Amino acid sequence: MTDTQALRTAEWPTEPAASLAITPATVELDGVEKIYGAHRALDGISLKLEPGEFVALLGPSGCGKTTALRALAGLEAVDGGAIRIDGDDVSGLPTNKRDIGMVFQAYSLFPHMTVLENVEFGLRMRKVEKTERRARAQEALDLVGLGERGERYAHQLSGGQQQRVALARALVTRPRVLLLDEPLSALDAKVRVQLREQIRRIQTELGITTLFVTHDQEEALAVADRVAVMRDGRIEQIGTPEELYVTPATPFVADFVGLSNRVPGTLTSGTITAAGATFALLGAAQPDGPVLAYVRPEDVVLATSKTAEGRAATVVASSFLGSLRRTTVRLEDGTLLSVQHEVSVQPATGDTVKVGFRGNPVSATPAE
Amino acid sequence: MSRASKLAGPVRLGLAPSRVTRWIILGVVAVVFAVPLLSLLEFSLRDGFTGSYTLSHWTGLFDPENARPYRQLFQAIGNSFVLAAVTVGIVLVLLLPTMLLVHMSFPKLRRVLEFICIIPITVPAIVLVVGLAPVYSVVVKIFGSGTWTLALAYGILVLPYAYRAIQSNLDGVPVVTLSEAARSLGAGWPTVVWRVLLPNLRRGVLAAAFITVAVVLGEFTLASLLNRRNLQTAILQISSSDPWISAILALIALAFAFVLLLIIGRLGAVGNRNQS
Repeated sequence: MTDTQALRTAEWPTEPAASLAITPATVELDGVEKIYGAHRALDGISLKLEPGEFVALLGPSGCGKTTALRALAGLEAVDGGAIRIDGDDVSGLPTNKRDIGMVFQAYSLFPHMTVLENVEFGLRMRKVEKTERRARAQEALDLVGLGERGERYAHQLSGGQQQRVALARALVTRPRVLLLDEPLSALDAKVRVQLREQIRRIQTELGITTLFVTHDQEEALAVADRVAVMRDGRIEQIGTPEELYVTPATPFVADFVGLSNRVPGTLTSGTITAAGATFALLGAAQPDGPVLAYVRPEDVVLATSKTAEGRAATVVASSFLGSLRRTTVRLEDGTLLSVQHEVSVQPATGDTVKVGFRGNPVSATPAE
Repeated sequence: MSRASKLAGPVRLGLAPSRVTRWIILGVVAVVFAVPLLSLLEFSLRDGFTGSYTLSHWTGLFDPENARPYRQLFQAIGNSFVLAAVTVGIVLVLLLPTMLLVHMSFPKLRRVLEFICIIPITVPAIVLVVGLAPVYSVVVKIFGSGTWTLALAYGILVLPYAYRAIQSNLDGVPVVTLSEAARSLGAGWPTVVWRVLLPNLRRGVLAAAFITVAVVLGEFTLASLLNRRNLQTAILQISSSDPWISAILALIALAFAFVLLLIIGRLGAVGNRNQS
């Protein structure tokens, strides 16, 4: 049975087992700093996770998101600020005293132990009696749909199964916080989508406070209650997926979360004029002058009828994406625009079309 | 044979020797090793006076009546085993933790450690002795002149072999991830090392221990030049009065080392199978 099939057919309890009942904690990073030589990996980040909340740390490679998670786990010593779990400052505590559960990016099952022994490991460290230990480990494996694989070794499992065992191993000790360090990045696309849904489902069932690090914006938006977008060791914006997408606080967020067209225009008193249309400026006020406006592809309207209103454009490329189609057009002034539209509209390369804008507010950066 | 069946076999890519060539190479190597060993065996079975064959030299070695003349010999063998045990201890207590620490916490020092560990193989034994002689004048003052103190020098001598054996295993195990996972599950450092790292490094650690034993049992130069008595110096000494016994002991020592190397080879094969 492939991993994908196993996920699809696995039986998932509607209620978590009593042995996995978790008391969710408040987690707080308060002005946390981490400095490597001249590089500030964490530049005073502050983030608060409410009990039972699922927060994703999102950002490009090197932005400090994994460092932040490792600092919370105690795997990196911090150079400033405080880390609190349920109000207790744990900054000085070693990892093994923080009562966390963690799933790593790399496969981290102990190769010399069976799956069941792996899951039992945390309970063994807590000196849980053998019968209870075995029962709880089995329940945790059942929770991730791998109750039948307890006697196998890591090398006998697929990547997705290994990460599910790692999740069971992290949850079986009823930790106060669950930390997920890009646990899906080594998996293929289909398993990744299914496993992230299962992670979210288990997290919701158990109500465990969870911090999820990823560089995949689609992944973050799909599973998290709130997303913190990081850049250069700082948090650019924290908000619900909808807030980040619809009202990005900075052009970086607009650019990083979802797709955006960069359209040259002019800012005058909070209104941007670009590509023959006007847009309200999102975020903080900026000085008037030339800007680059970040317009979402779904905020651009495409019409193939010659009588339609809008600016004339030539189709450069068009891609079928399943439930929608994305077409790139070139305006007469040379500006390229990506347009998202229904699949029933099928422009061909070289066709002349008309484009307009829905007029939703946009982010902008001063043009250089 | 049809054309199709000819094409169905594995394709050789030019550089690999043919089956016949491989057997010839193996045969030549086997002869090179076997001739002196068989000659040694033949010599140990020869009756020095009549030229016929006898087992008397072999049985004589274990005859209680000969305990007195061979007392020093057995003492030397005992010394070699003590030295092997202490040297293995040095490898396990000093080298292994150092390598783990460097691998996990100071990866930038890996090259430095490797360089230091390789140095003994590039230094001739006589040069080592010249350097060690004044050191041992101090060692004797601190620890006395017990047999085991020679193991301090052997600890240096086996560094290149033990280092390679452990490092090759260390490279194949995600030590950092496994230890972080164990710590996140509540394990302290001693538990991490004992329950997680050592079981996964068992192959390398055992190989290092066995190769250490093999090197120590075969060591002659340092012991001889530092006026210590071990198996090899005893073999040389006894060869002038009883060449058959020295031949028998050389054979036994070689057989023992051969068995150790076979075990190391098996460990490597098992490790590779598990990883695949």
